[in-house]
Amino acid sequence: MLRLDDVSVRFGGPAGQAALDGVELDVAEHETVCVLGPSGSGKSTLLRVVAGLQTTDGGHVLLEGRDQGGVPAHKRGVGLMFQDHQLFPQRDVGANVAFGLRMHHVPRAEQDARVRALLELVGLPGAARRAVASLSGGEQQRVALARALAPRPRLLMLDEPLGQLDRSLRERLVVELRELFRELGTTVLAVTHDQGEAFALADRVVVMRDGRIAQSGTPLDVWQRPADAFVARFLGFDNVTPGTVSGEAADTVWGKLPVPPGSPQGSHDVLVRPAGVQLVAARDGLACTVTARTFRGTHVAVHLQPEDASAPRLEAACALRDAPESGDRVGVVFDMADVVVLG
Amino acid sequence: MALPVAFFAVFFAYPVAAIVARGLKDRRAGGSWQIGRLRDVLTDPDIQHVLWFTSWQALASTGLTLLIALPGAYVFARFDFPGKQLLRAVVTVPFVLPTVVVGTAFLALLGRGGVLDELWGLRLDTSVWAILLAHVFFNYAVVVRTVGGLWAQLDPRQEEAARMLGASRFAAWRQVTLPALGPAVAAAALMVFLFTFTSFGVVQILGGPGFTTLEVEIYRQTAQLLALDTAAVLTLVQFAAVGAVLAVHAWTVRRRESALKLVDAAQTARRPQGPAQWALLGGVLLAVLLLVLVPLAVLVERSLHPSDGYGFDYFRELGSAEGGAFLVPPVEAVGNSLEYALAATAIALVIGGLAAAALTRRAGRLVRGFDALLMLPLGVSAVTVGFGFLITLDEPPLDLRASWILVPLAQALVGVPFVVRTMLPVLRAVDERLREAAAVLGASPWRVWREVDLPMVRRALLVAAGFAFAVSLGEFGATVFIARPDQPTLPVAVATLLSRAGELNYGQAMALSTLLMLVCAASLLLLERIRTDRTGEF
Repeated sequence: MLRLDDVSVRFGGPAGQAALDGVELDVAEHETVCVLGPSGSGKSTLLRVVAGLQTTDGGHVLLEGRDQGGVPAHKRGVGLMFQDHQLFPQRDVGANVAFGLRMHHVPRAEQDARVRALLELVGLPGAARRAVASLSGGEQQRVALARALAPRPRLLMLDEPLGQLDRSLRERLVVELRELFRELGTTVLAVTHDQGEAFALADRVVVMRDGRIAQSGTPLDVWQRPADAFVARFLGFDNVTPGTVSGEAADTVWGKLPVPPGSPQGSHDVLVRPAGVQLVAARDGLACTVTARTFRGTHVAVHLQPEDASAPRLEAACALRDAPESGDRVGVVFDMADVVVLG
Repeated sequence: MALPVAFFAVFFAYPVAAIVARGLKDRRAGGSWQIGRLRDVLTDPDIQHVLWFTSWQALASTGLTLLIALPGAYVFARFDFPGKQLLRAVVTVPFVLPTVVVGTAFLALLGRGGVLDELWGLRLDTSVWAILLAHVFFNYAVVVRTVGGLWAQLDPRQEEAARMLGASRFAAWRQVTLPALGPAVAAAALMVFLFTFTSFGVVQILGGPGFTTLEVEIYRQTAQLLALDTAAVLTLVQFAAVGAVLAVHAWTVRRRESALKLVDAAQTARRPQGPAQWALLGGVLLAVLLLVLVPLAVLVERSLHPSDGYGFDYFRELGSAEGGAFLVPPVEAVGNSLEYALAATAIALVIGGLAAAALTRRAGRLVRGFDALLMLPLGVSAVTVGFGFLITLDEPPLDLRASWILVPLAQALVGVPFVVRTMLPVLRAVDERLREAAAVLGASPWRVWREVDLPMVRRALLVAAGFAFAVSLGEFGATVFIARPDQPTLPVAVATLLSRAGELNYGQAMALSTLLMLVCAASLLLLERIRTDRTGEF
């Protein structure tokens, strides 16, 4: 459906900063792909390139096999939902949704019917005559979605679709969006910096860093086996340290860590998921002091400083009743199942 | 609010009303109103021709200005290119130039013995084109600043959103940007119409028989024919027309306040991409070059170009009184002008500042009316105001005829609207919560004003002062009546020199105009450095 072939964009001339650096990406029909990355990683530029709003300095964008070089934005047949929605303030809700239909010369009666159907679909029936300024953030987001869907784009792109909404609304809308896209069979390319959003929304997650693709895979893949220390840290895993793997153990500042069979050998970063950091008596493992504990609802995150002050801190996930107090001295052992040798 | 109202009542409404009354009241018939004169004057074919010419040249000037300046507004709003700041200042220079200088510059370019005449034998001073071009030159900045200022703050992603929904580049502009810009374009067009409808200095110099605007005719009737009744009728006609234009303007300004998505102007401009955008930039630069820079350059060239090669002869000549045009050496006009303009600026700042503060505090129909009234001096015949000063401020308790303050008072009248328009948006933008925050932290009301309001308003105050200074410096219509022969201002001296025959007088007029232009340009370039981020309301 969508194919990016070695696409590069540089800001400020050919010698300038690379916003996209040789990006290769495929999105299949009916697939929802979520590009995940910190701000400045080039993910918004990626969407603008596909939309035709940003010229490339190299590579090709193909839609349904056809090269889009030289095709202007309004002839590409893709939809883009902007980060802050960009609803037209001087038009009401209905006119916003109908805009794309008017541009495609859809007959008036059909426009009206479609606007009504779309507003119903996004849960705002009868809102057509309302002013854009009177909408709440969540309602604006729904109108923007209806507007983007109205001309039936072959590919729908979402830029930080839920970025400005509060947490509970976000969680509800993620579920709604996922159901909606499955129902409509829409092909979706979304970008976000929020991993929760990406994992909840996507069939496939693409992690970007400095204009390059750092990892691509199903949410489960990426979560379980981050490709490198950057991806691991970006996903919120802080227990990462360099180590030397030989056989079934890795030598690190935290001592010898058991690694799963078949792990790559030699010098690698090693990740220990918090669940794999188990607390025992101080003399039975790596001696640590508890520096802080934060309540996380289902568990308590315990922050530990190893005796060796130069060693990085560890985070452990403890059951509520087992969590030690701040200042306690504990020992740490590692569970092989939650140790990952990174690439 | 009391002081500004009193100021306008005494120095604007009273003189204008008095002169109208004198023209229309028959003293022999015991002071009854002669409404019949109204019909007599308005049915006079000569006057009808003046009315017709005034209207159509104003419309044509407005249309031509929009046509040439709108691409400029786009380029200044959306493109980033080296020298943009300087160029923005340069295109604003004509706006603060005295109309007399503008007329002189175009005379030197298009008139008899002008540059085009010498090169190709082309003379436009006998056609209406000289007037139209001079009006475009003069008002280019009004459109670029008013429309471009808003354009730069429109989020470019609004157009992109339309493009994503299938709108072509042009459709996106027409459907999304144009509606948002509409009120600003209308406001700019109305201001240009107002300025060109009441045009005096430019037409006085470039016009001729058949090319007479209302304002020039008022001057002729008053000063040359002493036909006060005709002048009074014409003043009323102009007053009505200007009032109508200002009413529409006030309405569009209010509409402009409708909800628009505005973003930081600094982030919307980028380098031109592709041949089409570079061509547009080139075209606009060429238009600026031909329309703004060439006339200014010609003026300077003429002032340095006596019959035998280049030199500063004309400038030297300004220092002697022998030419006989004045009682004093023309160069003294520079000192007079500066003194008058400084005094006028001070008056305009006090009156305008108080008016703006009052307009910020209160709301309601009455205040909005006052807001529109403040603009009236821009449109009401300056000639009438000047002559009105002469006949009303000559008896106790306001016997100012012999006082030098008369000139600054008249000039301040034109400066006040600029001060109000510059200060108002900034004062309105001071968030009330900032004042509350300062108060909660222990600041007294006076300290709140000093610590919160003043720092935010200071830049606007400087800009307002600069504008008031420049327009005071260039004020001509009223000053020509009330400046004393031994104390001429620069524009008056230029006009006097131009009205006399002889190459020396012509050259001195060019030299004085150049001096005036330099003073105005210097004050403007200073302003550009302290420009406020907000768009003015022009």
